[in-house]
Amino acid sequence: MSEKKTLEELENQIEQLKQLNSKNGLDLSDEIDKLSDKLTERQKSAKEKLDEWDIVKLARHPDRPDARAYIDALTEDFYPLHGDRLLGDDKALTGGLAKYDGRTVIVIAQSKGGNASESQETNFGMMKSEGYRKAQRLMALAEKFDFPILSLIDTPGAYPGKEAEENNIGGMIAQSISRMITIKVPTIAAVIGEGGSGGAVAIGVADRVVMLENSIYSVISPEGCAAILWNDRENADEAARALKLTAGHAEELGVVDEVIEEGPGAHKEFGTAAENLDKSLKKNLSELSDLNEKELIEARRKKYREMGSYRRATR
Amino acid sequence: MPLFRDEEYLKVDFDEKQEKDEALWVKCKSCGKLIFKKKLQENNHICPNCGAYFFLTAKERIKTLIDTESFVDETKRIESDDPLEFTDLKTYKERLEEAQKETEMFDSIIVGKGEVDEHPLVIAVMDFRFIGGSMGSVVGEQIASGIELAAEEELPFVLISSSGGARMQEGLLSLMQMVKTTSTREILTEKQLPFISVMTYPTTAGVEASIASLGDITLAEKGALIGFAGRKVIEETIGEELPANFQSSDFAYEQGIVDAVVDRDNLRSELAKVLEFF
Repeated sequence: MSEKKTLEELENQIEQLKQLNSKNGLDLSDEIDKLSDKLTERQKSAKEKLDEWDIVKLARHPDRPDARAYIDALTEDFYPLHGDRLLGDDKALTGGLAKYDGRTVIVIAQSKGGNASESQETNFGMMKSEGYRKAQRLMALAEKFDFPILSLIDTPGAYPGKEAEENNIGGMIAQSISRMITIKVPTIAAVIGEGGSGGAVAIGVADRVVMLENSIYSVISPEGCAAILWNDRENADEAARALKLTAGHAEELGVVDEVIEEGPGAHKEFGTAAENLDKSLKKNLSELSDLNEKELIEARRKKYREMGSYRRATR
Repeated sequence: MPLFRDEEYLKVDFDEKQEKDEALWVKCKSCGKLIFKKKLQENNHICPNCGAYFFLTAKERIKTLIDTESFVDETKRIESDDPLEFTDLKTYKERLEEAQKETEMFDSIIVGKGEVDEHPLVIAVMDFRFIGGSMGSVVGEQIASGIELAAEEELPFVLISSSGGARMQEGLLSLMQMVKTTSTREILTEKQLPFISVMTYPTTAGVEASIASLGDITLAEKGALIGFAGRKVIEETIGEELPANFQSSDFAYEQGIVDAVVDRDNLRSELAKVLEFF
């Protein structure tokens, strides 16, 4: 029997026992606990067997919740804002005001869309120049009113289009990075699916960066990397492994502060992922709220100044 | 004339006689004519026959821009430690060794102090031969410390980009160099020091989408390729062919992305002209 089947079987057994438990007034809690422990154990070891390419597939899973699902689940009274005031409204970027943990925050989120037609509308989360301008407009708003920024990252990358280049998309990404470095309010970025290259980092510079365990964060897509270094996109799985683009590696490299557990996986069960992300955001937000502007910016700049890995030259 | 302050810094050989170039002649890829190498060097590496630009190594670029004997190499003596232990068809370690051998550099950038027509500055120059001039941890660190040196000595900072983007073989850490360089640049803003970005062939992807696009003044060398996404990727995405001049220096100028397009011959005087204002 495949591991997947075994896990499903265990899940079913637990479910049945739970139903019996409540129906017949029998006390089966010991049994249920035992099986639950076993399930957790098996799930854990199954997870450990996932390689980078498996995680890429999970990060892109069609059932993986879109950023808007997290906004709905975690925040209250979300009020979306539209447009960059020059080029248009980039629907790949959902952003606006929301209530979170009793205060007003600015949400900046890349959304891939929850279904096919939504994905068409949001361009699969691939932002254009106007999207990065819109993000900067929201950052300015946050700064004016001292609202913390919650940034949710989920994009294959910035949109590779003709107009995007004409509208200086590279420059817009650069400006967005620059803005996030100097901003005077607490910032938290969460990679919830795909952290695709420059298009992701443009809204991912933050005091705290967290990552869901089945998400990826990479300098280039595995397909793009394979096309260049293997001369064949088909080697994307190898490229994914070489790029070490998972949350665990990102944490080891010092780029990500915390890996958020998803339980069975956000594509299967949204609740656990959302709840754990919520806990982490609240904890980080409360820690950051103790720092003043100067401390925030100094710590942020120090963190990025030190990023990288090299050694004294050997020859 | 000590070109180098002390042994801590990378030795770049600027002595013509020691250049171990076997071939005396090179063929121009554009017009096919054979050119005497010395002649090409004297002509700023521009084909005397058809005007095509040859690639400049970082060293050659410094020689064409910086006043003779004013250059002091400040490149930190560091190299990549291959943080991901990356392997594709070749190991990253091999690629690094080969590039180091070919270029006699530790990585794809040289940083130093010098003068351009007697205007002192700190300059960082990228070298496309070294893994496509890509920016990994070492390049990020060299740019950051170059900026810090400029701030310390209250000098303008000039970056000459020639880079395909972030270095894939260092994964996420390369991506973070976009942030590191951008973040360090803030010191120049605080100290009111000019940052002049010069984009040459090519200035693309991760480098274009970070430090290179954040100059107070941005110059493009004639013939530069300037853009974020690759032409092929865009053509595949939109399903149409792009015009020939797409992402060229003239295109960037038309779109308001750069302040001026400058001939290689005039780059030195143009830099001096700009620096004169500050």
